[in-house]
Amino acid sequence: MSIEFDNNLPIYLQIMNYLKREIVTGKLKAGDKIPSVRELAADLQINPNTVQRTFQELEREAVVETKRGLGRYVTNEEGKIMSIKKEMAGELLDRFIGGMQELGFSSQDIATIVSEAVKTEEPQ
Amino acid sequence: MNPLLEVHEVSKTYGGKIALHQVSFNLSPGKIIGLLGTNGSGKSTLMKATAGLIHPTQGQIKVTGIPVGVETRSLVSFMPDRPLTESWMKVRDAISFYRDFYSDFDQQKARMMLDFMGLRESDRISALSKGMNERLQLTLTLSRNARLYLLDEPIGGVDPVARGKILDAIVEFYNEDASLVISTHLVRDIERIFDEVIFIRDGEIVMQEEVESLRIKYGKSVDDMFKEVFAE
Repeated sequence: MSIEFDNNLPIYLQIMNYLKREIVTGKLKAGDKIPSVRELAADLQINPNTVQRTFQELEREAVVETKRGLGRYVTNEEGKIMSIKKEMAGELLDRFIGGMQELGFSSQDIATIVSEAVKTEEPQ
Repeated sequence: MNPLLEVHEVSKTYGGKIALHQVSFNLSPGKIIGLLGTNGSGKSTLMKATAGLIHPTQGQIKVTGIPVGVETRSLVSFMPDRPLTESWMKVRDAISFYRDFYSDFDQQKARMMLDFMGLRESDRISALSKGMNERLQLTLTLSRNARLYLLDEPIGGVDPVARGKILDAIVEFYNEDASLVISTHLVRDIERIFDEVIFIRDGEIVMQEEVESLRIKYGKSVDDMFKEVFAE
């Protein structure tokens, strides 16, 4: 596992996003065990308390769950994984639309451009 | 939670020169703390005073509520910036030396760490590279069952590979109930292993802050903050 960290941003958020992306893209599957605090901290060369905080936040968001004495697992609820996916898509969209509006495109222009782009990308 | 370390209005002067001036701060257990400052800022003096090797001119330092003295020697494990081992020693001798000297020395942990570090008990200390020597010193220091570990410049003057290995070892082997203070001026390579940082300049504390709050509050890395604070 490797993350290119940006030291200007909170590290725990970067690890959260990384793990969420791993889940959404299926590299970590529903019900998979995730590494322990110690393992991940050593692997990423970061502070164990930072990893602890990451896991606490992910638990609070019900993305991972702790099974007593067994460790932490990716949630089994497909709905949860779907909602993370939507959330990440939403962030991408916001950034894209914001950028396009800055360039002066109207909502209608944006919709047309996107549908054209998608069409050309579809396999023939 | 009671503080693990209490530093209360500590000053130290050498002759007429002020090394520490009215330094006060507390540290709680279970943390990795970066003590950051340029050369001559007072980092080593503060560590030595905490380890009981020098006496402050003024003020008091307590470890687990006990004033620094004979009783706190077993609570504090100090890695000085210059090795305590002798050049005639082999790694094996250094291990026995520490075992004989410190009743809290964990020989099994030392063996595991040596293995992790790629050191052999038959290696002659005088033949070790600087990086390998730092690994040995770290092994000796972290193999004690102390409450507070003080590492003075553990990554100074070693190449990036050795630095990576030393950071690995710190994260892997440090005892989570204890606290670990690491002094350095090389901030960028090491800032992600800190919970908290203390900036010390001309013998005075200029900032103590949790690193994640620092990133949130200022949108800056510890390294950038360090450069800003210490800009000439």
